[in-house]
Amino acid sequence: MRKLRVVIAKPGLDGHDRGAKVIARALRDAGMEVIYTGLRQTPEMIASAALQEDADCIGLSILSGAHNHIAPRLMELLKEKGLDDVLVVIGGIIPDVDIPKLKAIGVKGIFLPGTPMQDIIEFISGNVRTRV
Amino acid sequence: MKTVAESGKARWQQATLEPALKKSPERAASFTTISGRPIDRLYTAEDVEGIDYARDVNNPGVFPYTRGIHPTGYRGKLWTMRQFAGFGTPADTNARYKTLLKAGGTGLSVAFDLPTLMGRDPDHELSLGEVGKCGVSIMSLADMEILFDGISLGDITTSMTINSPAAMIFAMYLVVAERQGADWKKISGTIQNDILKEFIAQKEYIFPPRPSMRLITDVFAFCATEVPKWNTISVSGYHIREAGSTALQELAFTLRDGLEYVQWGVDAGLDVDAFVPQMSFFFNAHSDFFEEIAKYRAARKIWAEAMRNRFGAKSERSWKLRFHSQTAGVSLTAQQPYNNVVRTALQALSAVLGGTNSLHTNSLDEALALPTAEAATLALRTQQIIAHESGVTNVVDPLGGSYFVEKLTRDMEDGALAYFATIDNMGGMVDAIERGFPQTEIAESSYRFQQAFERREKIMVGVNAFVQQDDPPIEILYIDESASAIQLAKLEALRKTRSHDAVTRSLDRLRSAARTPQNLMPLILDAVRAYATVGEMCDALREVWGEYEEVPII
Repeated sequence: MRKLRVVIAKPGLDGHDRGAKVIARALRDAGMEVIYTGLRQTPEMIASAALQEDADCIGLSILSGAHNHIAPRLMELLKEKGLDDVLVVIGGIIPDVDIPKLKAIGVKGIFLPGTPMQDIIEFISGNVRTRV
Repeated sequence: MKTVAESGKARWQQATLEPALKKSPERAASFTTISGRPIDRLYTAEDVEGIDYARDVNNPGVFPYTRGIHPTGYRGKLWTMRQFAGFGTPADTNARYKTLLKAGGTGLSVAFDLPTLMGRDPDHELSLGEVGKCGVSIMSLADMEILFDGISLGDITTSMTINSPAAMIFAMYLVVAERQGADWKKISGTIQNDILKEFIAQKEYIFPPRPSMRLITDVFAFCATEVPKWNTISVSGYHIREAGSTALQELAFTLRDGLEYVQWGVDAGLDVDAFVPQMSFFFNAHSDFFEEIAKYRAARKIWAEAMRNRFGAKSERSWKLRFHSQTAGVSLTAQQPYNNVVRTALQALSAVLGGTNSLHTNSLDEALALPTAEAATLALRTQQIIAHESGVTNVVDPLGGSYFVEKLTRDMEDGALAYFATIDNMGGMVDAIERGFPQTEIAESSYRFQQAFERREKIMVGVNAFVQQDDPPIEILYIDESASAIQLAKLEALRKTRSHDAVTRSLDRLRSAARTPQNLMPLILDAVRAYATVGEMCDALREVWGEYEEVPII
């Protein structure tokens, strides 16, 4: 069986990458194939990476408050590229009021500060639809 | 400090400890600091045998300043209570500053938004959704004039957390001061201007390391004569720690960064004592109480000795390490947010007991958002309670002479010097960064802490222990998109009203000068006066120097 392929991306101008790096490593230790894009990725760059890497899941790390701009744009691009079956999750600082909006556009998991790594690993394994 | 033989540790272990352990074992097999450093159960005179009071500790105000740089501690002057703030438009932040000053804050500290920090105008593709979110948006001199409207720059000190575009933002501040009639020779404040920790930890870099360092030494040289009371740099461990380093790594990398700046200043032809007194530091005040205190005490000693012995500094002002501290953002929890008030108070107390010269206390809601005015006021009150009610300010370095604190201070120093040797062997900090050395060390520590947290070897109350299900939500500051729209409209208007020729000419001159060793500050000041934007000035330099791209390490 092919390993789950996860693209961990850090969109926007923010450089605080501790969370992105820790989760990338935890997913890798859990047996997933992790591609970390590095910093300052536009939604376009992330969607292309997902396509090229044949990703099963995209994990976005956003702390700066830019999620309301970045997530809708990314979801739109994924649809255009026929990647709407890729599981999209976000980790970071997301105000409660924004969570329903993100879920409505198809972001499946939103992980706030303090979430155990194991919960995220299980969520991804349990919700990803392995692509053919 | 002499050992008292009859009270020896070995004898005590045998006679007293072992029987006690047999009866009731300890709670854990080993005890470690939050940094994972093992801690013994007891420290006695034997642990500090190698420490010579006059040589290694000494009285406050005396080399090597382990006990503090002021002979009177906080009896003379309390630390500066400087609360970091900024959000939305310059007008929004100006109102918050007036609130903080009215509440008894004694200095200002500007938080800029990400486009400003990254040298991008709000209409750049990457600024999408970021304008005014994490700090205030400052595009040009016009915004700086609004930011400090009604605040006299001759009477207040201002700290500005700005790094890659530090020279540009500082130039804007200087022009506002000049127009208010304040004397550059008398004004005081700080620009962070520390690019090395950006490459290491916070990642808000623009240009590659070497031209970035040149911009910093240009500021050193300019300020040595033109703005002599200004702190030209705040060499920062804060962000290194927030990125997941240990206390020791924070100490070692920060001070080694400091040495790197001094070396580059000297190599640029400056006299050590002409610019080092204007350097300041910035440390994290994290949760492990005594480890933090030892870190601050060791920092002063290491710096004093390095300045005197390594660089031959003759001025006491070069030897004295002055630092700001901020409580640990990373320790704040979104869960049970009121617990954060207690965490912050303890962290602030450690900074005070460590002799901080200035302090920012985080607000209880900062794991969720930028703070509300009420939360920010409570954070300031926390400092005022420590200063005026706790009594800890009555005596200088009350923990000096504690076996444990002195031993930890010594161990911190030894550990930092070992890191210095490794980095020196790599050719210095710029070389070490280019190899990814500090970045890798921090990533390792951060992952180790995460694993310890997951295994519940390290506890965060309310997160992996003492969890509460129905946590009531608290009110948070929600920054909407209005700031972005206002700033974009202002930018458009600015481009129509300013003299296009003056802007173009000043940017052309800046671009050409960047190819020569000429000091860039006067040219940046000219561009600022012509109302060139931060994005335009940084673009001019990007064209000459290029942009840095890191190889991500996980």
